[in-house]
Amino acid sequence: MTNIRADASSPFHEPTRRETVAAGGVLPVAAGSSSGAAAVPSIRSTAPEMVSVSLTVNGRTHAVVLDTRTTLLDLLREKLDLTGTKKGCDQGQCGACTVIIDGRRVNSCLTFAVMYDGAQVTTIEGLANNGALHPLQQAFIEHDAFQCGYCTPGQICSAVGLIAEGRAKTADDIRELMSGNLCRCGAYTNIIAAIEEVMRRP
Amino acid sequence: MINFHYARANDVTDAVRQIGGDANAKFVAGGTNLIDLMKMDVERPTTVIDITRLPLKQIERTPDGGLRIGALVRNTDLAYHPLVEERYPVLASAIMAGASQQLRNMASTGGNLLQRTRCAYFYDTATPCNKRKPGSGCSAIDGQNRMHAILGGSDACIATHPSDMCVALAVLEARVHVASESGDRVIPFADFHRLPGKTPQRDTDLDGGEIITAVELPPKGFAANYTYLKIRDRLSYAFALVSVAVGLELDGDTIKEGRFALGGVAHKPWRDQQAEAALRGRPAKAATFARAADALLRDAKGYAHNTFKIDLARRCIVRALTQAARGTPQSQSSKKIV
Ligand SMILES: Cc1cc2nc3c(=O)[nH]c(=O)nc-3n(C[C@H](O)[C@H](O)[C@H](O)COP(=O)(O)OP(=O)(O)OC[C@H]3O[C@@H](n4cnc5c(N)ncnc54)[C@H](O)[C@@H]3O)c2cc1C
Ligand code: SF4
Ligand code: FES
Ligand code: FES
Repeated sequence: MTNIRADASSPFHEPTRRETVAAGGVLPVAAGSSSGAAAVPSIRSTAPEMVSVSLTVNGRTHAVVLDTRTTLLDLLREKLDLTGTKKGCDQGQCGACTVIIDGRRVNSCLTFAVMYDGAQVTTIEGLANNGALHPLQQAFIEHDAFQCGYCTPGQICSAVGLIAEGRAKTADDIRELMSGNLCRCGAYTNIIAAIEEVMRRP
Repeated sequence: MINFHYARANDVTDAVRQIGGDANAKFVAGGTNLIDLMKMDVERPTTVIDITRLPLKQIERTPDGGLRIGALVRNTDLAYHPLVEERYPVLASAIMAGASQQLRNMASTGGNLLQRTRCAYFYDTATPCNKRKPGSGCSAIDGQNRMHAILGGSDACIATHPSDMCVALAVLEARVHVASESGDRVIPFADFHRLPGKTPQRDTDLDGGEIITAVELPPKGFAANYTYLKIRDRLSYAFALVSVAVGLELDGDTIKEGRFALGGVAHKPWRDQQAEAALRGRPAKAATFARAADALLRDAKGYAHNTFKIDLARRCIVRALTQAARGTPQSQSSKKIV
């Protein structure tokens, strides 16, 4: 194994397997493979470090083995086949990847999935209830709040978060607090109307 | 992004022990800046230490009547905290003027202080940049520098610090609590961020082995006369071209104490004692404000694309001081500037 550090002599702490487990139970399973082989990973390795992660998505618990670099967005789309969450910019600049983690709306592209071990995640796929659309999904349809639809899952998850936060009182507030969700088709007027209608329901 | 080893810290002692022993390790909190920069290959830590489970999530009153904010308090939780809204509204307002709600839900207090510049060359590993690669040169000085500094820059770097929250913290004269294996220390906010000088790679006074544990606010919050005015290329979700945080203490129409800091114009939130002295004991009116603005901008220097910022800053200062004096702070929701 080669050392990817520029300065191989620099002092650094290499955690033992026991320390890593003690530090919170995220167990690197094997350097360079997902087979769970008993090898203790070395941080000198150029191979990816694989870790076991367990999180609950839309009520279902998934135990997966991941490269530490995997974002929650990529986990959802590439591993769990939940492609409703979209990748727009991958840099926190568009909101297409918005999901709800432990009750808060966040950009899943700027997370390492391993950081959210044990978390509860809700994506657009988890909003409908027994086949009945979530009120915001229904309102987006009724208000014609999309054209191409690419930003829509992020808009709706973001709006779910906005209503749960309970801070928006006016259309200006909605516009401001939804500014983290861009729409290239420019459906903003109808998006605001859809959210406002659901927000004002008793 | 290069491969990295993922580690977790259980408590502050564990965190500083881990970072102290590894020059190539980085903490991750909200991840909104570090992960972005790792994707761009600008940050290349070989170990990422997750500090999100540390018990630094409290907002507590201090014995002297101030507030102690844990380094892991999320930006939204800070802005929406009843004591912050009531006593430090300039801080709440500045936070709400930055980024988006999703990002504020993730971003931590400590991470916000340590976010790096948004200079496009810093992000682009194909171009020279002294901040990213010391000694390689500054692409911005003779390049695209519309977003860059007009104050405090050097031949080595003219980047700006992008935080909104920090501009309010400068006005509030916050103190940054840090810990390391060799002990704890407290850094006054004015000394926390650095000017680029010859070492633009160093943004702050923080050492590699240190962790921010808390940000402390002194009792004085300027809740009656304050504003945070941010001018940007679109109405929301954009970095400041110029922003101004103000806290005034008035005695009738006379300014007892006036503090103001600028964002988007320098390598750190910019305050100027001479400019604030031009407010003290003077009537709270436009002529006073204009004199203070001129004092603050006396050494301002524009580059090919950002000279407009000097005049913009002058107008923003006058407008912001007027808003604060009238008790009509800028709304971060309705974007109307009154
Ligand atoms: C699209 C976009 C738009 C944005 N717009 C704005 C804006 O308009 N205004 C604005 O102010 N900000 C804006 N931001 C920046 C955002 O506010 C910062 O990214 C955020 O505050 C960083 O906090 P974090 O906890 O996510 O930091 P992280 O990314 O987790 O960490 C940032 C750095 O701080 C270090 N660190 C974190 N916590 C500690 C600690 N306790 N002790 C020591 N080191 C620590 C990390 O090692 C890392 O180097 C924007 C970001 C994005 C992506
Ligand atoms: S301004 Fe600073 S950050 Fe930007 S290119 Fe020059 S040295 Fe790099
Ligand atoms: S894909 Fe996450 S914000 Fe654009
Ligand atoms: S509907 Fe096309 S991007 Fe929003």
